[in-house]
Amino acid sequence: MKSEFTLKLERCKGCGICVSFCPKQVLALDTLGKVYVANHERCIACGQCELRCPDYAIFMDKITPKKEATS
Amino acid sequence: MVERSYEKFFRRNRLPHLWCPGCGNGIVMKAIVQAIEKNPSFTQDNTVIVSGIGCSSRASGYMDFDTLHTAHGRAIPFATGIKLARPELNVIVITGDGDCTAIGGNHFIHGCRRNVDLTVVLFNNNIYGMTGGQASPMTPLGKKATTAPYGSVDRPFDACKLAEAAGATYVARSTAFHVQHLVKTIEDGLNNRGFSFIEALVQCPTAYGRRNKMGDPAKMMAWMRDNAVMKSAWDKLPEDKRVGDKFPIGLFYRAEAQDYDAAYQQVIDIAGGAAK
Amino acid sequence: MSARLMQGNEAIAEGALKAGVRFFGGYPITPSTEIAESLAKLLPKVGGTFIQMEDEIASMGVVLGASLAGRKVLTASSGPGISLKQELIGYASAAEIPVVIVNVQRVGPSTGQPTAPSQGDVMQARWGTHGDHSVIVLSPWSVREAFDITVRAVNFAERFRVPVILLTDEIVGHLRENVELPDTVEVYPRRTPKITRAEGYEPYAPDDDLVPNVANFGEGYHIHVTGLIHDETGFPVGSPKVTREAIKRMHDKISRAADEIIDVQREFMDDAEFAVVSFGGTARTAYEAVINARRRGIKVGFIRLVTIFPFAEKIIRELSKNLRGLIVAELNYGQLVNEVERAAQCPVKLCAKYDMTIFEPEEIEQSIDELVAEVNGNG
Repeated sequence: MKSEFTLKLERCKGCGICVSFCPKQVLALDTLGKVYVANHERCIACGQCELRCPDYAIFMDKITPKKEATS
Repeated sequence: MVERSYEKFFRRNRLPHLWCPGCGNGIVMKAIVQAIEKNPSFTQDNTVIVSGIGCSSRASGYMDFDTLHTAHGRAIPFATGIKLARPELNVIVITGDGDCTAIGGNHFIHGCRRNVDLTVVLFNNNIYGMTGGQASPMTPLGKKATTAPYGSVDRPFDACKLAEAAGATYVARSTAFHVQHLVKTIEDGLNNRGFSFIEALVQCPTAYGRRNKMGDPAKMMAWMRDNAVMKSAWDKLPEDKRVGDKFPIGLFYRAEAQDYDAAYQQVIDIAGGAAK
Repeated sequence: MSARLMQGNEAIAEGALKAGVRFFGGYPITPSTEIAESLAKLLPKVGGTFIQMEDEIASMGVVLGASLAGRKVLTASSGPGISLKQELIGYASAAEIPVVIVNVQRVGPSTGQPTAPSQGDVMQARWGTHGDHSVIVLSPWSVREAFDITVRAVNFAERFRVPVILLTDEIVGHLRENVELPDTVEVYPRRTPKITRAEGYEPYAPDDDLVPNVANFGEGYHIHVTGLIHDETGFPVGSPKVTREAIKRMHDKISRAADEIIDVQREFMDDAEFAVVSFGGTARTAYEAVINARRRGIKVGFIRLVTIFPFAEKIIRELSKNLRGLIVAELNYGQLVNEVERAAQCPVKLCAKYDMTIFEPEEIEQSIDELVAEVNGNG
């Protein structure tokens, strides 16, 4: 996975903006109209979802490959 | 997850906000606090958010600063009073198209004229949202509203041209789609010492989009993406290509001029007044 | 300070400065303009701010903003301008922002008679803005008192965090008298929070006197101010309980202090069988009429309302118990008379005038004679 999602569902109003602007169809709305991560493996960590979420409900953090620990 | 640093500028216990699903106001409110975050001279203790009445103007209640939700159209006079009383405070005005250009139109042009050091962000949703979709002075020709059921025949204002003509020293437009551009546009406005005006186009899916068959919130934002033309490209566009829904965004005007507080300080100096 | 010949309007400007007013926003209108002109000259000398706004609405807005930022503020107008100010007088009442509004009354309605005196804004001063709200209304009768009452108005505005209307008129505003003004006056300081944010500060939590200690902007309290009905946190709440309590407290903070706010001048009342109630510029004529009538053997007293609202209901009720009749002399079609009638325990007669000219003492004397005749049964 290139990304980690955090969803604050109490803020999500199900507007679908994140779903529409996701270039890889990673996101979808569930039967209650809230966002969920449907196809996480497709995520390219572009951040378009978080960028335009009007409700601050979806947060995407890029996962950078862990470097070898040096001690 | 890494907590987003801009979230500290929100009164998080008051979220979620009251705006409809898909409303663009939340995007602009976040852009404002992100612009504030980029300017170290703006702190939560020395910045005041002033708003009028309408959907846009509810933003002040969610922002963790000293905040003032004034009366319809009157945000700019209140903000002027705060700024002149305490010039060391940063004052940001949040307004809407009805609030700023209809009932507050006179205050708007005179705020520009005086070049008071305010940053005014107009959330333009082309409609009166809070009252259910009446036509505003910025409803485009032909678009429907509850008070323009056959399409609006009132010629709309271009608020940016109005601001420039009235004397604002920073005038720019962006949209809820162009988020990074919007943040930068507001940031530059905050840096201008004088009257800065930023028109932020926002989608109102409930009261405007639905009535005008513009589709869901994402479609309304896609319309912004497809029709907004950066100023530099717009200037090169021949008149016959500036057709349909195409409109320019970007920085339209910037000028150096003395702001009102500096001007009034001269009055105090001439009068021999003590320091404030 | 040596004696100076000055206008009532100038004395208001001087009083404002002495009371600590450091911000004025206004718009030119006769017959109040001299207040703005005086303060345009005087305020920058003390580091204060004068600004001429685009209209009367903006003039109210700018002073309310300055007040929230910590300045003591005043604005002045007349007739049509006062009508425009009503919207934000209501805001000041709802958001509890200290402000003094001077109304130098002229003949209305509408543009009316711009340079002619009137007292036709009595009920507007109390009820001009929409909704239940609280205000204090004061009215001076001389140039020196215009100074004193302005100081009092600023102090009341600060103490009760309420709009105070200085209801003067063209008579007093343009009257010139030789006055000696005090070098210092007693000044009520801006109320400040008693606890910190960390200790749970709420800007609209009332103090013991029911008045909240709202922080000034820019002091780190991150307060929210709104014209929507709000609870003690300052944020809007759509509940019947909060609405009821907010409106009740707004009224109670004034009514429980009414005895301190109310100021009524009483003369010749010890043996009075009748009395004339008046205020402002008209009271000057009424005073002469009372003296003339007493010379003719009529036992008539003089009651002048310095505080018009809250209305001196108790005082009028008590005084009128010993009277056979009251005259209310006012330069309008009859406004204050309704308040007096509500409280009075004796017959009340209106002496009204609304023709651009001020009362002649003989006109009020004639009313006194008519009242005496009426109650004696030979009217």
